[in-house]
Amino acid sequence: MSQDPRVMRPSDVKPMATRKAFGLALKDLGDKDDKVLVFDADLSKSTQSGIFAEAHADRFFEMGIAEANMIGTAAGAALSGYKPFVCSFAAFIAGRFDQIKMSVAYSQAGVRIVGTHAGVGIGPDGYSQQGLEDLACMRSLPTMLVLQPADDLETSQMIHALAQTDQPAYIRLTRQNVPRVHNDDYKFEFGRFPTLVDGFDVTIIGTGGTVGNAVEAALLLHREGISARVLNASSIKPVDEDAIIKAAKETKGLVTVEDHNILGGLGGAVAEVLTNRAPARLLRLGINDVFGESGEPDALYAYHGLNADGIAGSVREFLANL
Amino acid sequence: MRDPQRLPKEEIEATAQHLREDILRMIHKAGSGHPGGSLSTIDMILTLHSGEMKYDPKDPRWDGRDRFVLSKGHGVPALYAVLAEKGFFPKEQLMTLRELGSPIQGHPANALLDCVEASTGSLGQGLSVAQGIALAGQVKARQQGQSDAAWHVYAMLGDGELQEGQIWEAAMSAPHLGITNLTVFVDWNKAQIDGTVEEVMSLHPLAEKWESFGWHVQEIDGHDVDAIRQACDRARLNASVPSVILAHTTKGKGVAFMEKDIVGWHGKAPSDGEFKQAMNEVKGGAA
Repeated sequence: MSQDPRVMRPSDVKPMATRKAFGLALKDLGDKDDKVLVFDADLSKSTQSGIFAEAHADRFFEMGIAEANMIGTAAGAALSGYKPFVCSFAAFIAGRFDQIKMSVAYSQAGVRIVGTHAGVGIGPDGYSQQGLEDLACMRSLPTMLVLQPADDLETSQMIHALAQTDQPAYIRLTRQNVPRVHNDDYKFEFGRFPTLVDGFDVTIIGTGGTVGNAVEAALLLHREGISARVLNASSIKPVDEDAIIKAAKETKGLVTVEDHNILGGLGGAVAEVLTNRAPARLLRLGINDVFGESGEPDALYAYHGLNADGIAGSVREFLANL
Repeated sequence: MRDPQRLPKEEIEATAQHLREDILRMIHKAGSGHPGGSLSTIDMILTLHSGEMKYDPKDPRWDGRDRFVLSKGHGVPALYAVLAEKGFFPKEQLMTLRELGSPIQGHPANALLDCVEASTGSLGQGLSVAQGIALAGQVKARQQGQSDAAWHVYAMLGDGELQEGQIWEAAMSAPHLGITNLTVFVDWNKAQIDGTVEEVMSLHPLAEKWESFGWHVQEIDGHDVDAIRQACDRARLNASVPSVILAHTTKGKGVAFMEKDIVGWHGKAPSDGEFKQAMNEVKGGAA
């Protein structure tokens, strides 16, 4: 058990919020592709789309505090051959579900919908600003890609990958800084959960802001002789069915960890695959169908059991009761 | 029709009556649908497709086309009738309205029918989409070093639909964004499902509302081909702001018993007897 189980190598890259990585990547994408148009609803400083706006003012559209109109307008641009990105908080994006259902998904408009400030990780602003149901909403729309990167490197790759597809897409990003969990040679792929830590006792599947904590939890467990595999569910739709089935067969159980309601998000997606194809025990960690509240991000993650200690404790208990 | 020529007024009026027959046939066969708001809008949709708009039925997604967005998606039998008349798909297909497996869905679905620009039916959304298409036409022109927008966008809104808040978000943003290649028709037929528009939720004062948002506003008779064309001309002349044409129409236009019960004929199919009577009226040219 002394050997480091990590597939990913420890990185000395400074932690970065995925929204920040998004802003930088979007500006970079805009440098290369003049079909990229960006829309924001009075949150460009927060979503970081302002980085694009500064470089490409002629392709940035400030739409004011009117998200429904922003989404519809972007749909029209997508239907006309452009590659629009619309940006707001995940909470406000999910609130415009009907516009996304009709004007984006059902209209087959390749709008890249960016929801930042995911989950309780945003901290003190409290529940009204915390996107905790967005994954469930977006997963229910046919043809919609649903993505949540774990670090800056993956965010950048995802944004560039989205320029190569005309499919409607939802990308969920963190307000808070997250550690680099992928190696420099990592390649993001739709429908693939990369393995970050090898293991054979249990599989922990994290997504977004919880992935770094899932890795840390696996290292804590490793020291106690529990071998935990860690997967990064960055592509929530399409989901990586093979990786889930493999985990069900090779380990004793699965644990999903997400900063989202435990209903309908990553835990739901994994449960659906297991139920259909490889029945196995599953523990879903997340926000346990309660409203979020104010607090510092670290305190909130600890409160909801989403920090490394909390995840490790839940995994121990889960294994003990199998 | 990549180079639109205005058809004679009499020809459009005659065709409109035939398309009223198509609308009645489709909805009668389907057994459900929205005759009132299809018959109120048909003259405008047909006139736009008879000399105002650029398009190519052989290449529905031709990039240079003008675009038409039917925001009031329930009026789609009128749009289907016009698109079939103009050769986008065979007329026989009209009779598959609302059938399982048909691209002629109960409300427009652009993924199934490539001559429809956007999927609509949940009200209030089409103006935003039309604005986005117009914006793209401006960006494209700018990127290609041209002064005129790459295409013009027409949108058809219902009057009851104006009760949706998103309409006013778009009404606010289009002038602000400098959208000039957008002409919006409001099919002001005065009725919706639960009653007259005035009873359900008054729009008054409608022209002043749009004016105060910065639009070029006109009021016309939405069944008068010449008035529709002149309004389009004036919209083009006032190309520094987006244009809205408030078109006074009669719900169920052309069928006397529908015109007398505009609320009742919002969303139901005629019985066999009613269908026969309606067809006789429309064929007789009574309007």
